[in-house]
Amino acid sequence: MRLAISQRKSDSTFLRVMPMRKLLRPIKDVGIVGYGAYVPMFRIKSAEIGRVWGINAFPIEEKAVNNLDEDALTIGIEAARNALKRAKIDPGLIRAIWFGSESKPYAVKPSATVIAEAIGATPHLDAADFEFACKAGTEALQAAIGFVGSGMAEYAMAIGADTAQGRPGDHLEFTAAAGGAAYIVGEKSSETLAYFEGSYSYVTDTPDFWRRQHEHYPRHGNRFTGEPAYFRHIINAAKGLMEELGLTVNDFDYAVFHQPNVKFPLTVAKILGIPVERVKPGLLSGVIGNTYSGATLVGVSAVLDIAKPGERILWVSFGSGAGSDAFSLVVQDAIEEKRDLAPKTWDYINRKKYIDYALYVKHRGKLLM
Amino acid sequence: MERAVIIGVGMTPVGEHWKTSLRDLAVEALLNAMDDANIDGVDSLYVGNMISGPFVEQENLGTLIADWAGLGHIPAVKVEAACASGGAAVQEGAKAVMSGLEDVVAVVGVEKMTDVWPSDATRYLAYAADAEWELFHGASFVALNALVMRHYMHTYGYTEEDLALFAVNAHINGAKNPYAMFKKPIKVETVLKSPYIADPVKLFDASPVCDGAAAVIITTPEKAKELGIPKEKWVEISGMGRAIDTINLANRKDLLRLKAAEVAAEKAYRMAGIAPEDVDLFEIHDAFTIMAALSLEAVGAAERGKGAELAKEGQIAIDGDCPIQTMGGLKARGHPVGATGVYQTVEAALQLRGEAPNQVPDAEVALTQNIGGTGSNITVTILRRV
Amino acid sequence: MGKPMQVSRFWRHFKEKYRLIGTKCKKCGKIHFPPRQVCNECGSREMEEVQLSGRGKVISWTIVRNPPSGFEYYKPYPLALIELEEGPIILAQLTDVEPEEITFGMEVEMVTRKIREFNEDGIILYGYKFRPPVK
Repeated sequence: MRLAISQRKSDSTFLRVMPMRKLLRPIKDVGIVGYGAYVPMFRIKSAEIGRVWGINAFPIEEKAVNNLDEDALTIGIEAARNALKRAKIDPGLIRAIWFGSESKPYAVKPSATVIAEAIGATPHLDAADFEFACKAGTEALQAAIGFVGSGMAEYAMAIGADTAQGRPGDHLEFTAAAGGAAYIVGEKSSETLAYFEGSYSYVTDTPDFWRRQHEHYPRHGNRFTGEPAYFRHIINAAKGLMEELGLTVNDFDYAVFHQPNVKFPLTVAKILGIPVERVKPGLLSGVIGNTYSGATLVGVSAVLDIAKPGERILWVSFGSGAGSDAFSLVVQDAIEEKRDLAPKTWDYINRKKYIDYALYVKHRGKLLM
Repeated sequence: MERAVIIGVGMTPVGEHWKTSLRDLAVEALLNAMDDANIDGVDSLYVGNMISGPFVEQENLGTLIADWAGLGHIPAVKVEAACASGGAAVQEGAKAVMSGLEDVVAVVGVEKMTDVWPSDATRYLAYAADAEWELFHGASFVALNALVMRHYMHTYGYTEEDLALFAVNAHINGAKNPYAMFKKPIKVETVLKSPYIADPVKLFDASPVCDGAAAVIITTPEKAKELGIPKEKWVEISGMGRAIDTINLANRKDLLRLKAAEVAAEKAYRMAGIAPEDVDLFEIHDAFTIMAALSLEAVGAAERGKGAELAKEGQIAIDGDCPIQTMGGLKARGHPVGATGVYQTVEAALQLRGEAPNQVPDAEVALTQNIGGTGSNITVTILRRV
Repeated sequence: MGKPMQVSRFWRHFKEKYRLIGTKCKKCGKIHFPPRQVCNECGSREMEEVQLSGRGKVISWTIVRNPPSGFEYYKPYPLALIELEEGPIILAQLTDVEPEEITFGMEVEMVTRKIREFNEDGIILYGYKFRPPVK
């Protein structure tokens, strides 16, 4: 047992339990047997959005926009197929598909079941949609680590994907983007291309960004989303994980932080003392925008596309509301043969076609017929 | 087997009949045909109609039309074979007469297409395609024909201009037909400048959405004699054939071959005891210009890949070797889908009676070919002057 | 965009629509898409399911500008006949491609995309489409 009773109040039956350690680590060591990313081919330049709203300074260069026939679920399907290509496993062995998104096509009806059907994983599996603003994808990953690490399942898949919504004219419109990635978790072996040393989640009730039922666009707390939300959670999660694992920033070859823009993750790196060049390979928001639930999953996929065996990756997500999941990942030998089995993240980023605001509005399904 | 002769024909003009309902169109055509034959009753009624359910929320058309035409307690049914419903109804009526079971049969083809929104009309027509594997994926009939047209042009080296000649010919002939929807000649440029509706099919490559009804009265020569109908009015249904092909265009063995028409034509020629060269005029199913080209090839008027050549050579004109669409065809007369096959029959009969506005001199044998689906259900009927 | 039919009608084909499952005749070996109960080559009724690769070549295409109702929002969209590498020809929409980029023989690969939606409260239909391969 990793829990201990630290205090017993004599006047009540209330037990306060306190973790002896903060690290999350399953009984079995687990790793990634396959990963896959997907970024839609359409891009809109920030300047084009700015043209419409009279804004001339932008947080990023351009962002990815879904095609008319794409939603978070279809993005999830392609990412899942890519992950499967690298995992080289029978999809029927996947015992859970957990799909994290805040732009699920259905308010009620799982997207995960569609993805499971599309990749041929049905019916002997668990499937569910996760929601935690931008960290729904890593939330699904935490669950997958536990599912496999406990021995309940041989393989589990975690997906983070979004076609993020930004209120027209709001500064989030410049960054709210489309994309996603999928990870298949399995017990650590020569088949895993990277393994988890441990993870850590840091969560408080901080309403910096939300969307009520039936609303089309989220609301946010403007500058309140920064220091008390994004920075506090990411930095505490990162520090907590390193402390628990006895590691320092110097032990990591790469760091991927949630990336609502380019500035925030670079500021985190500066605060933690991580050189910019270790952050850049996984920092894609400047060219694809903020893919919300997909953001760090896509960022890490770009790192795995280039990382060498033995290298260590610090991975910290952030979701409004608010919380962060932090992971320490060590790359293994299998990466060398597996990374070429599916399109790389930059293959998708480089496959781009610019659209204007009119087509953007059409692609986002905003025209009334 | 008895012989079957057409002794009366009737039509309504083809067009947008905003004031007239399906039943009134059908009754008008039917009564015109009965007046033409100078009879006041029939033994049974066959209604050619493709899709009255979605278009006007009316099925049970046999009953509706026989009732409204005052035909009494006769047997009456609707015959459905997509856009070939009219052609199939004529053949069913002829078969009833040939079998000896029915003496005087009425066939009416009717379609009322303008009571729905255009995009719904497009959808309903596509019900005759493969619902699960074509319409589901956004295919319209125009689109399916466009796939064939592009493939045809690519395979045989034709241009959009070449195929436009079929539309031009149809309009030239339609201009003289008082029943035609379009009575205005057009130029190749008119077709080429018209908007694409499913590239490379342009608006003027396609037949229009419209309303109309046509009818024929069929009986045996003995009964015709008994009724005192002058022989000049007799037009014999001397050959018939009908066949299907895959409902799904993609499953076709050869995308550029109307196999169903080949089989149907072969049967019809054999039954009539004639060869393609004996045919004086062809009323073929030019719902799209590409279908005119493929149909000519399938009924033996042209070799494979040479259908469009006939248009280029000017042979499809009234004074050519192979006159087609003598009263405008589907393109200019109009294509009220389930009625089309009966219009073709009426037009061929008028040619053989020598009463057509664009008379083919000394026409003795005519062939009608009516396509349902993307070439998936085809009738070929051979008519001859008695 | 049109009232949906009962979902069962669509649901029963999800597998074929999402994953491109066809049939193979056990007798003559012909591969069919969509799946058939009776082989249209040899008449055999002995069929087995076959997973198609989803790779093929465009043999003809059109741009649908006047779509059937229910597809209005998506116009114009390319529709093509694709010869799959296993043999069958399949009708499907092309996606992620501009009309002028489509050519005869263009290589394409299958993706699963949204085919259409039924209003705000209806189901969303997903199915196969094809696009130029990534890379």
